[in-house]
Formats: sequence, structure tokens, C-alpha cells
Amino acid sequence: MSRLHDMGGRFGDGPVVPEPADGPVFAEEWHARALAVTLAAGSLGLWTLDASRHSRERLLPADYAVFSYYEKWISALCNMLVEHDVVSRTELRSGAAAQKPSPLQDRRLAPEKVSRVLSSGGPTERERGADVRFAVGAAVRTRSGQNQNVNGGHSRLPAYAAGKSGRILRCYGAHVFPDANAHGMGEAPEPLYCVAFAASTLWAHAENPDDEVMLDLWQSYLDPM
Amino acid sequence: MPHDAHNHDQPHSLLPSDPALRVKALETLLVDKGLVDPATLDEIIDTYQTKIGPQNGAEVVARAWSDDAFRDLLFKDATAAVSQMGFYGRQGEHIVAVENTDRVHNLVVCTLCSCYPWPLLGIPPGWYKSDAYRARAVREPRKVLAEFGVALPDRVAVKVWDSTAEIRYLVVPQRPAGTEGWDVKDLAKLITRDAMIGTGLVAAPS
Repeated sequence: MSRLHDMGGRFGDGPVVPEPADGPVFAEEWHARALAVTLAAGSLGLWTLDASRHSRERLLPADYAVFSYYEKWISALCNMLVEHDVVSRTELRSGAAAQKPSPLQDRRLAPEKVSRVLSSGGPTERERGADVRFAVGAAVRTRSGQNQNVNGGHSRLPAYAAGKSGRILRCYGAHVFPDANAHGMGEAPEPLYCVAFAASTLWAHAENPDDEVMLDLWQSYLDPM
Repeated sequence: MPHDAHNHDQPHSLLPSDPALRVKALETLLVDKGLVDPATLDEIIDTYQTKIGPQNGAEVVARAWSDDAFRDLLFKDATAAVSQMGFYGRQGEHIVAVENTDRVHNLVVCTLCSCYPWPLLGIPPGWYKSDAYRARAVREPRKVLAEFGVALPDRVAVKVWDSTAEIRYLVVPQRPAGTEGWDVKDLAKLITRDAMIGTGLVAAPS
């Protein structure tokens, strides 16, 4: 079993509604603020990108289903701030800071550093990781989509591609393993592969026999055929 | 370690339910505690509203159409190629370029969240983050493409790239006929965001 965010292949959604190329970057002003507050709070360095993705996935299914995109961001951010004791429930209730300044204020991102922080990013490739087990072209089968470290934990193997056969298309080197990194268990880098799946192995009614779906999957998600 | 034990009582439920007020309340609290500088927020927003967007990706594609050495590098090591042009950064640390041909059409999605090559295309459009696109692009890409007005013949295979890791994919669309001899600036104007995600084609100049 998985969570609501893991929606690839799901039935029942309506049409995709394209938007004009010259539409606004942010449909609402608060969308822009939600993104910026999330990035600025992330730069305090208290959690990893994997942990912040997991915090969105851990929203109540009932909330996840009805929240708009940036409502998920801001709500998950709020939860993480409380989990890390940055903000208290009392402060959220009252809307006023009880403890100020925060002992973390020295970590605040200064406006003149924004450009450097955004342009340096956070690469996830590492020089060393677990030994490479699969060659390009090798046939592999994916395991179950569940995190093997933490019950209900973060994983990047979608349910639609669990237990399926594919072939290794590329190896991208060792990358930080989200199933560990999202849970404070270290980066545990291991080989990341691009794995190609024939659409007909994933779907009962593939649109075309030549179509394929490619996923980027960590070595722990894969077994040899 | 975070877990689900008390998720009926998630802290966010203490914030106002209106989303705009919800953001404002959290921002106010973080500013008050000295953790967020409002000028920093303005700077982040300005970056993605005016400096980083699909014009960057269009410049990359136009150059790939015009400069064989750059094109070779782009398909061999796209991160190095786009870094040369100053387009390295957050959510674009590991870039891979995939090429549309007469036989292959590429389409990019992130079924698990909304991964997208920010330094090349900016912030993803609403439809890219929608449930409908995330759910359907992998299972019925041709129906989704039809909703964008793109009809592909059966002889063209569709390759859907589900961005499940930190690799960010850029679709290099086919160069339209009638653009021979164009300079890169004019070519770049033809190249749309959707064409670089794979939900569009680059139309021939009228």
C-alpha cells in the first residue's frame, strides 16, 4: 500500500487543462509567498529535501485530497516547524511569537545571499556509494514500493512500477538514498539507474506497443531477473 | 522520527483555514522570530518571476539546434552544457536532455510530486502539478497529449520520463522546417515551455 501522493496510473481524474504560455508564474500572490517562505525556512538547514517531500506525503489523506498545491506546501512546512521545535503549537494558536528571537536566528537567509543559494543548489550525486550491481541493458525486477527502513516511510518507487520487469537504460552514479535520508538515517548513497519499462508491462491497456515509461530507481529497489 | 501517530492533530490545523491567511500567519510568525527576512522572500519571488523561466531552456534548445559541438555535449552531459550558459541551480543539479525525433516523442512528468528543471523552465505551471497530469501522463500519454492539441502517429513511440529522483529532464523538440539560417535568438522565440516538457511541439513559423 502507498499514500495519496503516489497517483501515477490512477483512474478517475478528468482532463488536463493547459495554460497559456504567457500566464502568470504564480496564479495567486499567496502562492508566491508560500513558495518563498518554504524555501527560506528550508535554508535554516533543519531538514533535507527528502524529509520535506515526506512531510507533504504525511498530510492526512483527507487533507491531501482537497488541499491545493501550495496549501500542501505551507501545511507540511508548518508541521515540520513544530516537529523541529522551531515554532510551538501555542504560537500557532495565538499567531504571536512567544520566544523571540529564535535561537536559530543566526541561520536566517539574508536577501543578498538568495542568488548564491539558489544558483548553487543541492546536488545529490556522491563520489562513493554501494557497489554497482547492474550493467546497462540488464533485466531487472522492481521490489515492492514500501520503504524497507521505516514502516510507512518515504520511498520513490511508485506503486504502479512495483513488482514490474524493466531494463537498465543508464546508470547515473551514486545518489543520496531518499528512503534513508528522509528519516535522519544518513545519505546512504547507492547507484541510481534509469530503468525503462514497456508500457504493456505496466498497463493492461497500453496505448501503443512501442511506448515506454522511464523511472529513475535506486539499486535497493531492484532485483536481478 | 516523524510518524503518523497523532496525525488527527496535525499542527497546521491550528493555522487559519483560508490559504492566503494560512501563509500570512506562518510568514508573520517566522519574521517575528527572526527566522525569515521579508526582503529575502521578495528576492526569491523576483528570481522566479523575472530571472529564471522557460526563456533559459529555450536558449539551450536553440543553441543545440544551431551548434553541433554544444548539441553533442548537451546529450552527453547536459549538466555541464547548461552550466556553461549559467543555468545550473536548485532543482537542476543533474540535467539530462532527451531528443524528439521522427520516431520518438518524449514527455516529462513527476507522478510522486512535482519535480521539474527549475533553472531551465522556472516554476512548473499548474497543470504540471495537477492530479490529472500526474495520474494520467504515465498511463495514457497520448490522450493527455491530445488535450494539448498534439496528435502523434502510431509510428512515433512515446517515452514518458517519470522524474522519481533528482535527475531533471529537458525535452529537446524537433526544429521546425522553414527556420534554416535563423539565428539563435529568433529560434528561441519559437520554443515554448510545453515543447520542452513534451506536451507541445514547436510550430513552423507562419
